[in-house]
Amino acid sequence: MLNENTSSAGTENHAVSQFSTFFVGDLFFGVDVLRVQEVLLFQQMTRVPLAPNVIEGLINLRGQIVTAIDMRRLLRLPDRATGQAPMNMVLRTEDGPVSLLVDEIGDVVDLDPGSFERPPQNVDPAGRELIRGVYKLKDRLMLVLDVEQTVDLVAERIS
Amino acid sequence: MQDQEVIREFIVESYENLSRLDQELVELEQRPKDKELLTSIFRTIHTIKGTCGFLAFSTLEKITHQAESLLSRLRDGQCELDSNIVSLILETVDATRKVLASIEATSEEGPEQFDSLTERLRAAVTGSDARQTGPAPMPSVESEATSPAPAAGSGGDRSSGVEAPKPESDAAKSSAIADANIRVGVGLLDNLMDLVGELVLARNQILQFNSEREDPALNATAQRLNLITSELQEGVMKTRMQPIGTIWNKLPRVVRDMAQALGKQIQLEMDGAETELDRTIIEAIKDPLVHLVRNSCDHGIEAPDIRSSKGKPAAGKLLLRAYHEGGQVNIEISDDGGGIDVASVRRKAIEKGMLRPEQVEKLSDRETLNLIFQPGFSTAQKVTTVSGRGVGMDVVKSHIERIGGVVDIVSQPGQGTTVKLKIPLTLAIIPGLVITSGGERFVIPQVSLLELIRLESGSSEKRIEHVHGTPVYRRRGTLLPIAHLNQVLDLNSHAQNDATNIIVLQAEDRQFGLVVDGINDTQEIVVKPLSKQLKGLSIYAGSTIMGDGRVALILDVLGIGQRSGVLSEIREQSRAAADQRTEILAEQKQRMLLFRTGSFDRLAVPLSLVSRLEEFPWDSIEKAGDTQVVQYRGRILSLLSLREILCPGDHKDKSEAQHIQVIVFSDGENSIGIVVDQILDVVEEAINIREKSTRKGLLGSAVLGGLVTDILDLNSILRSSGAGWFNGRGSEAGKRVLVASKSPFLRGLIHCSLDMAGHRVSEAGDLDETIRLLEMQPVDIVLTELDLSPRGGGELLSAVRARQEWQMLPVIGLMNPNRRANASSASTPGFSELVDIADPEAILQSVARLDSDAPIALDVERMARQER
Repeated sequence: MLNENTSSAGTENHAVSQFSTFFVGDLFFGVDVLRVQEVLLFQQMTRVPLAPNVIEGLINLRGQIVTAIDMRRLLRLPDRATGQAPMNMVLRTEDGPVSLLVDEIGDVVDLDPGSFERPPQNVDPAGRELIRGVYKLKDRLMLVLDVEQTVDLVAERIS
Repeated sequence: MQDQEVIREFIVESYENLSRLDQELVELEQRPKDKELLTSIFRTIHTIKGTCGFLAFSTLEKITHQAESLLSRLRDGQCELDSNIVSLILETVDATRKVLASIEATSEEGPEQFDSLTERLRAAVTGSDARQTGPAPMPSVESEATSPAPAAGSGGDRSSGVEAPKPESDAAKSSAIADANIRVGVGLLDNLMDLVGELVLARNQILQFNSEREDPALNATAQRLNLITSELQEGVMKTRMQPIGTIWNKLPRVVRDMAQALGKQIQLEMDGAETELDRTIIEAIKDPLVHLVRNSCDHGIEAPDIRSSKGKPAAGKLLLRAYHEGGQVNIEISDDGGGIDVASVRRKAIEKGMLRPEQVEKLSDRETLNLIFQPGFSTAQKVTTVSGRGVGMDVVKSHIERIGGVVDIVSQPGQGTTVKLKIPLTLAIIPGLVITSGGERFVIPQVSLLELIRLESGSSEKRIEHVHGTPVYRRRGTLLPIAHLNQVLDLNSHAQNDATNIIVLQAEDRQFGLVVDGINDTQEIVVKPLSKQLKGLSIYAGSTIMGDGRVALILDVLGIGQRSGVLSEIREQSRAAADQRTEILAEQKQRMLLFRTGSFDRLAVPLSLVSRLEEFPWDSIEKAGDTQVVQYRGRILSLLSLREILCPGDHKDKSEAQHIQVIVFSDGENSIGIVVDQILDVVEEAINIREKSTRKGLLGSAVLGGLVTDILDLNSILRSSGAGWFNGRGSEAGKRVLVASKSPFLRGLIHCSLDMAGHRVSEAGDLDETIRLLEMQPVDIVLTELDLSPRGGGELLSAVRARQEWQMLPVIGLMNPNRRANASSASTPGFSELVDIADPEAILQSVARLDSDAPIALDVERMARQER
C-alpha cells in the first residue's frame, strides 16, 4: 500500500526469497520455488499437430495431462543441439500444471529482495514480456520468470 | 417410496443450503451493497420455497415465500438492508430448520405456524420504510426465543424456547441422514481416477513381465492384481458417473403437482434416462432442469380449453431427451405449448427498461428470445408462488455456463418451445475409435462415427474421384466429400498403404469421409480437457491417456470438417429441409449436354440453354479487340475459351486439333460461343446435386450417367467474360425478376436462363427471404415454386397480395409436373400464370409476356379481388 508502484513485484519479493533456477541457452532464470511441482528428465511426448511450435507436446504425468512448452522456442533462441535432451520443469499454474522444457536445472537460491530490479528497458521484446524482473547475483543476473504471463502468451499465440 | 427419497434429498440439500445462508447473511450484513451475495441468498431461498411447494409443505412455503418477497424488494433496490431485515431472514432460516427437523422426524411439518414471523416478514415487505417495522418485531424476536444469536453460531444455539423441539435430537437426526451419504469432493475422485489410471498402467507392465517368465507364484499374483485393478477401476469410474435418470426421477412428481396446481393436463415423456453423465455435471444441471420443466409447465403448455380451441389434444406434452452428440451431452426440454410470443418479449424488454425501443427493433427473433435469459426478466403476467419473479432463466443460463455449457432456445409460435442444453463431456467416459495417421494416434468419438470403408489397393485410386481437385467418394450413389487427416493436420504421409481407410463421420447434420493411415480399435476413453494453451485449437475435443500410458488427442469432428473445408459451407437448412430438397431434385429430369475441357473431364450444361453446337476450323478465328471471334451466319460470334476461365494458366498447344468445338448460346439477338475441348454426349437424367461448388464458373457437381460431373454456371461465366453479353442492354429491356425456390440448383438454372434473356434476377430461398427482397428492391415479376413453404406457394401469393403496393405484381407459379401434390395449390386462383418448372423456354415466354403495366395485370388484380 505504501509503495503503489512496486506493490506487485515488491510484495512478492518480501514473501519469496527462494528461487528454483534453470538455464535456457545463455539465460539464467529463476521461479518461485513454491511454484515448482517437480523436475523430470525428458519424457516421451505426444505431438500436437497444428499447435504452435512452442508447444512440444503432451506428457502423461501420473494420469494428468501436462502441456510441455519449449522455452527456447518461446524465447526465439536456436533449437538445442541434437542429442541434448531438455529437462522438464513442471510448474503449478492457475490452470493446472505446465511443463517448461529447459536446458539444465540449476540450484535453489536464497536471494535478498534488495537486489531486485525491474527488467531493463532494452531487454529483447521476445523475453521482456516473460520477465518480472532481475536479481543481481554476485557473478551473474537471474531473470525472474513470470509464469502466468508465460502460459498466457502461449495461449495467445494459438488464438 | 419415491416420495420418501425426494423428501430425504430435499432435507439433505436444504440443510446444506441453510448453513450456507447463515454464513452469507452475516457477510451480507457487513457488505450490504454486494449484489451478487444478495442474489445468491435470494436464489437459495427461492429454491427452498420452490421445492416446498411441490412437496406440499405449506407452512414452510408460506415463510419462505414471504422471505423471498422481502429479498426481492432488496434486490430491486426498493428497500435498504439493515440489521432488522437480516435478523428477520436469519429467523426465517431458523424456523425453516425447525420445520425440517420436524419433517425428518415425523414426515410432517409440525403444528407450529410461525404466524408472528410471517406477519413481521409481510410487514417488512409492505411497509414503505422497512425500518418502521424494526422496533416492533425486535422484542418479539426475543420473546419467541429464536434470538438472532444463531447467526453467529450453529443451529445448536437454538436451545431455549417454548415451541422449539429438543435440539439434541434435532441435531442427531440430521446427522443420521448425513451418515448415509458422504459428500466427497470431486477433486478427490479425480485424484482417485488418476491413480487408478496409473495402477492400470503398472498392472499392464506387470502382466507383460509375467508373460515373459514362467513363475507360477508371480503368475498367480499377477492374475489377482489384474482382477482387483479391473474391479477398482470399474468402481472408481462408477463413483463419478450417474445416469441422468437419477435427477429425472423427481420430475414426474414435479410435473404432476404443477399440472394440478395450474389446472392443466401434462404428459411427461422421458427419453434417454440412461445417458450417463459425470457426477459434477449432474449436480450442476439439477436445478436448471427443474426450473426449465417448471417454466414449460407454467408458461409453455396452455390450459386444456385453450389447447382444444387450437385443435391440439387437451393434454400437453413435455418431452425430455438426453443424448450424447459430438462429444457433448445434449439435453432437450420441449413442450408443445403456445411457444414464446416474440412481440411480448420485446414489449417486456422495453417495459423493464432493459432496452430502448429502437434497440429492440433491431433484434432478430432469435436474439429476442435470448432476452429471456437476462436477469430480472419474466413474461409471466402475474407473480405466483410457482414462478414469475424473474428468477429462473438467468439462473439456468449461469448454472449451465459455469460448467462450460450452452443454452439455446427455439420457439415456434403455437407449436411449442424447445430448450436445448449442450453440456461438454468433461471427464465423462466415452467410447472412441483409435486411429493412426502420420505415425500418431488419435481418438475419434464413436458418436460421430457412421461407418468404416476399406478400399483395397488397385481399386482405391479409381474409387476416390476428384471434382476439380476435391476428393469425393461415391457411397451408395451419393457423393461423400473426403478429407485426408494427414493433410488436415500437416502430418507426414507415411508409406503407401495397400488399402485406403475411410471413416465416415457425421458432424451436425452433414457427413464426410476422413482418410486415415490405420484403424486400430475401439476403446472406452476418459476425456480430459485440453490445457488452456491448446483450447484455441478447434480440431481437438480433448485428450486422453491410452493403455500404454501415452497421451492421445481426441479429434473434434466438426473442427476437422471445417478445417479441411468439407464443411465450410454455411448450413442453410435443417436436415428435414435438405432431405426435401434432394427429393425435389431427384424427381427433376433434365436433358444435359456433356462435354470436356482442360482438366475437367466431365462438364454439363442444361441442353435447354444451348442454342447450337458448332465446329469451326482454327484458321477462321479472328481477333476483334482482345476477344476471339468467328463469322457465323452473317454475324460476328464472340468466343470464350472455357479452359481459360476454369483453368487459368493452362495453355495447351492449340494446333493439336483442326477444329474447335463451340457451344453456341443465344437469346435470339445476341450469341456467344463457348469453346470446349470435346462434346461428349447428351443425357436425360434426374440431377442430384450433392455438392455445391465454391469455384467460380461451376454450380456444383452431380452424378450423371454414373459418373461425377461438374455443372457449368453459365450465368457467372457469361458475366465474368466481359464479352458484352450483358452490356448494351438498357435496363428497360430486361425485367426485374425474383425467383423463389427452395432449391439453390433450380434457382441457379432459372436464374441462368433468365439472365441470358437479359432480365435482372434475384434469388430467394424461402418465403421470408422473398418478402424481404421485395421490400428492399423493386421487382417486376415474381416466380415462385408452388411448394415454397409448407402451406404451398399460395402462402407467398397471399402474403404478396396482402400489401397494397404489390397487388398488381405478377406472380408466376412454377409447377413441378412430377408432383401430384401440386395439383391442389395449382388450382389456387391468383397466380398470374402457371408454368412447368422444367421448361425454361415456357418460363421465359411467360416472363416476357407478363408485365406489371400490361393489360394482363388487370386480370391479376381481378383475380386477386376474387380471391378475397
